[in-house]
Amino acid sequence: MTDPDGHSAPKGLLLVGGTSDIGRAVAATYAARGWTVTLAARDAEGAERNADDIRTRSGAHQVAVQHLDILDTGSFEGFLDGLDTLPDTVVCVVGMLGDQSRAQEDTDHATTVMRTNFEGPALLLEMVAARFAARGHGLIVGVSSVAGDRGRASNYVYGAAKAGFTAYLSGLRNRLGKTDVHVATVKPGFVRTSMTADMDLIGPLTAEPDAVADRIAALETRPSDVVYVLGIWRLIMFIIRAIPETIFKKLSL
Amino acid sequence: MKDLSGWGRYPRLSGPLGTARDMGPAATATATMPGVTARGLGRSYGDAAIGRDNTIDATGLNRMQSFDPQTGILAVEAGVPLADIIATFLPQGYFPCAVPGTRFVTVGGMIASDVHGKNQHIHGTFGDHVAWLMLALPDGRVMRCSPHEHADLFKATIGGMGLTGTILSAGFRLKQVETGWIRQTTHVARNLSEAVTLLSQTANATYTVAWIDVLARGASLGRSLILEGEHATADDLPWGDVKFPPSTNGRLAVPMDMPGWLLNGMTVRAFNELYYRTGARKAGQTTTVPWDSYFFPLDGIAHWNRIYGRRGFVQHQCVIPMAQAEGVVSDILERISSHGAGSFLAVLKRLAPGSGLMSFPMEGLTLALDMPFSDGLMPLLAEIDALVVAADGRLYLAKDATQSRDTFAAGYLNLDLFRQLRNDIGATGRMASKLSERLGL
Repeated sequence: MTDPDGHSAPKGLLLVGGTSDIGRAVAATYAARGWTVTLAARDAEGAERNADDIRTRSGAHQVAVQHLDILDTGSFEGFLDGLDTLPDTVVCVVGMLGDQSRAQEDTDHATTVMRTNFEGPALLLEMVAARFAARGHGLIVGVSSVAGDRGRASNYVYGAAKAGFTAYLSGLRNRLGKTDVHVATVKPGFVRTSMTADMDLIGPLTAEPDAVADRIAALETRPSDVVYVLGIWRLIMFIIRAIPETIFKKLSL
Repeated sequence: MKDLSGWGRYPRLSGPLGTARDMGPAATATATMPGVTARGLGRSYGDAAIGRDNTIDATGLNRMQSFDPQTGILAVEAGVPLADIIATFLPQGYFPCAVPGTRFVTVGGMIASDVHGKNQHIHGTFGDHVAWLMLALPDGRVMRCSPHEHADLFKATIGGMGLTGTILSAGFRLKQVETGWIRQTTHVARNLSEAVTLLSQTANATYTVAWIDVLARGASLGRSLILEGEHATADDLPWGDVKFPPSTNGRLAVPMDMPGWLLNGMTVRAFNELYYRTGARKAGQTTTVPWDSYFFPLDGIAHWNRIYGRRGFVQHQCVIPMAQAEGVVSDILERISSHGAGSFLAVLKRLAPGSGLMSFPMEGLTLALDMPFSDGLMPLLAEIDALVVAADGRLYLAKDATQSRDTFAAGYLNLDLFRQLRNDIGATGRMASKLSERLGL
């Protein structure tokens, strides 16, 4: 990407989930590195607040906001076609924890959690993958969750949707494995965000949004397939997955 | 219920704390919650940032909004920490016009306390550099206040301790600096009288402050190191120094509460002696020091408030009008010294008037000290407060945890105006902190 004068054009990031705390940190990290950043969010006003913050802190003015509703799958085609240029990297941090006990009784709520965490992100990234494959290169980062590694009573609606997303990313990576389109799955574990504000988080297991952003940005130079932001989570989830179902079903985790 | 104690950890108080993640919810909480006040990073020492019934955690209002290099005006949400502002703008050659002794404070807190720094005698308080602020009122309105818009409310909110509404955002000036270094010159004062003279003689310096040995007695009463500072220019720097050094702070921490006996008259006396002698060797010399160790020396030690043990400590800062200042400060020092209330180096400084209706600074000398909480402390403080009242001085509300209603009313001459304004906007009884309850506001 070099213009006639020999200057490299800045690279472009599309950040899907522009009002999330992790999304804000990822966008700020890329903007500070000179990237052009587009924040996509349903709440464009909230994303604009983050965009102003990033512009003011980084001095970078190449931060734009685009409206995108992750549940409005029919709009994805037009959204991607409407972007000025196809980005070099797409990071999807969209997520909705929801309320497990409500989701057990309220089908609409369960549907929203499933569609927000799985259907929307998977379908959007499928279209991105097609465009990246046609161009020949690109990085796709899906932020999934350790909750998708095994279904648990306390959050299995969310967890199952994230498990679906994890499997989708795995398949996409497998399909594109021989090309220059890279697909990374990021599992942050606990992160100190508004999503977890009401939880009692365990310090050593909890990452700051900036740490998640640094791990994601590091993928630009050091590609990786499945990233646990804090390595301890890889071990924890290995153990949790290894527990036989006959025992697991009697535990409260 | 969350522990909501101030930095001095006296008094120990708790209460419900709700986080405002955007300005809309913060305004709604202000309009709907009884007995409410906002809290930033909890660095006021006493009970100022603890709501009577409810406390709004404003640290979620942490977005910067815009910066205009032409005017130097930075617009931010009220929960943005000073540390972020310096980290972002010092490398671009900008620094706040006034900073307090720690950078772990929010913009909203700096305005509500109308904080001052070592340059207050020349450049005024933080409030003097605020161009505008957005204030959420208890009746649900959000008002833009400035010296030209709702000027009364603007003046009452600067130094108003969060009792006129919740500050949502503000625009304030940054000044240009060539480097992140300070040229510091140390002068030695062998007693209080020399210290007062030196503070006057250095009054033309941008920054001037005296570190005073509060436990020195007799002929040495009030002995001090007067530290004069100027922003270093690029030419002042030794060859090869980076113009804007990053913060070096944050490597040390006090891991747990220190035992109460650690700070006794003897250990503190020894520390002060050492500090004074070390400084005296540098008399008349000028050294170039990085911004963080000059402005925020204690920020380098995380949780330094734990050094005073579980019972916490009381910070006491008074200002005495110039005419009587030296005599009264001398009297205060004598009482502290004979009481032996362990206090590390205290601060003595000249002040000019503040900018808000309830701002602390006035023309005079200010003395700031911290004393570990003990059973004998309250009578001592009451004695000191009586001296302050007799000299028409007053106490800094951001540090106060103990003063009486009478001491407060005697010092703050605009109190009736402030009360009237609170009535007019429906803030009386609605915007309320433990401090406002204690002081009968």
